[in-house]
Amino acid sequence: MPAAVPNARLVVATGLVGLFALSLCIGVDDMSLDRIGTNAGALQLLLVSRLPRTVAVVLTGAGLAIAGLVLQILVRNRFVEPITTGTGQSAALGVLAVTLLFPTASIGAKTLAASATALAGTSIFLAIAHKLPPTQPFLIPLFGLVYGGVIGAAVTFIAWQTDLLQYVDVWTNGEFSGVLRGRYELLWILAAMVALAWWVADRLTIASMGREVSVGLGLDYQRIVQLGLVMVAVISSLAVVVVGMIPFVGLVVPNLVSRLMGDNLKSALPWVAVTGATLLLACDIIGRVIRYPYEIPVGTVLGVVGSGLFLWILFGRTQRA
Amino acid sequence: MIEIKNVSLRLGDTQILEDVSLTMPKGGLTALVGPNGAGKSSLLSLIARLQPLQSGSISVDGLAVDTTPSRRLAKTLAILRQDPAVASRLKVRELVGFGRFPHQRGRIDDNDLRLIEAALQQFGLTDLADRFLDHLSGGQRQRAMVAMAFCQGTDYMLLDEPLNNLDMMFARQLMRDLRAAADKDRRTVIVVLHDINHAAVYADRIVAMKDGRIVADGPPAEVLQPDVLAKVFGYEMDVIEVGGAPLVLHHR
Repeated sequence: MPAAVPNARLVVATGLVGLFALSLCIGVDDMSLDRIGTNAGALQLLLVSRLPRTVAVVLTGAGLAIAGLVLQILVRNRFVEPITTGTGQSAALGVLAVTLLFPTASIGAKTLAASATALAGTSIFLAIAHKLPPTQPFLIPLFGLVYGGVIGAAVTFIAWQTDLLQYVDVWTNGEFSGVLRGRYELLWILAAMVALAWWVADRLTIASMGREVSVGLGLDYQRIVQLGLVMVAVISSLAVVVVGMIPFVGLVVPNLVSRLMGDNLKSALPWVAVTGATLLLACDIIGRVIRYPYEIPVGTVLGVVGSGLFLWILFGRTQRA
Repeated sequence: MIEIKNVSLRLGDTQILEDVSLTMPKGGLTALVGPNGAGKSSLLSLIARLQPLQSGSISVDGLAVDTTPSRRLAKTLAILRQDPAVASRLKVRELVGFGRFPHQRGRIDDNDLRLIEAALQQFGLTDLADRFLDHLSGGQRQRAMVAMAFCQGTDYMLLDEPLNNLDMMFARQLMRDLRAAADKDRRTVIVVLHDINHAAVYADRIVAMKDGRIVADGPPAEVLQPDVLAKVFGYEMDVIEVGGAPLVLHHR
């Protein structure tokens, strides 16, 4: 196992760099290095579409993985992520409300509203999850699915009544084909969230050991939970508003990194972010080439890849036990 | 000094503690004994501010536990709960290192590293230091948790049934380590024990609880009398003397 860790890091790091370059080159229009130098249109395409898209994927992947990690720490359960616990659906509810009430609201205002509802939705989930018996670890993910399903149904109902179903589709099915320069820059906030999570990495690690150990070590547990909730809500709602819901990244990546490197977040957290970015970028590229020149949404690709990885994690667990 | 004044605790319909007052001077090893549900763990978690105080007052070294900032208390008092159930995949050395968190808030210096290695050594964890907790046996994990509490380096240490899961050798070793912490490092150790004969040999003072009240309090030879034990535990048992310490034949 110890020898596998540096290898895994190398694979993930070089994978991210390689995929980043590859992502810039893939598309309907031919884009090779020699053309960028000679062709103004190619450079334009790179700066307006390919680069923003690739950066957006990397930021989203890193952000979603961190949101999943933080939520798993807050809930003390490894089988949850923001989309399976109502956070994503609450965010969608917020965007829907703003779209109905203030149709001309900016994307920033929508994100703010989505963050507020996501924060409320996640707080309610967390409060109820902490009341569930800890002896039944699978109750929490199950409850999360039901809870998220109820909020999602409310979103669908309201959208159906108000003829906004197409919009809801955009928020719930994540994909990056619409990302252009000028339409993704809010995602840089995700980078700030990742940095923030790293800054409090020790406190998150202690929080993962539970309230009593945290209090015993003098950590303000309540405050770290509040901070974590804000991080989860902001990351999830940014993703929903800008690119739409993307499943599995937040669920699978923290588990993978935990298995390989453990839960000491001072060292593991950057790798959660990098692995999330790599996984999402790989799936985005697969979605772009598999039916070239058409695209399959990245969420669909992740559905397949992510569930495969998740099964591998589950069975790996039982083998070791 | 730990001062507990008129502390009561009620959870739902159950009276857990009823008007408990207790003073424990600095230094020495105090054992809390009593049947299940006597309120020992609750008293410990109230002293360690893990539970909010409902009535009465508790202070440690003059710091009121309900109003003093948690960070400040963490430098004075360490608590090890029963079955902490740490599910995080941490290496033993990392876990023990988090005992230094109250002092360093994450920045480990040479002095901390020295203390961490000393704690690992003391609890026979040096060879296990780079293993993940989930690859250890229950007893090894328990030792790692105790080492973390030791590493916190506080004047007061509260341990809730630290002998859980330990084999005889490590149980004896831990009691000797706690004794040494009290004698050599002048630490104040309060420990909930189920094995009354460990209390008989290693404790300076035994506090016996039943139904949320303190029913006996004094040096081992005074508390470990057949009539007192019958009152606390609800059945008759013989007490003999071996090597100057009482030995309770509670299993016969």
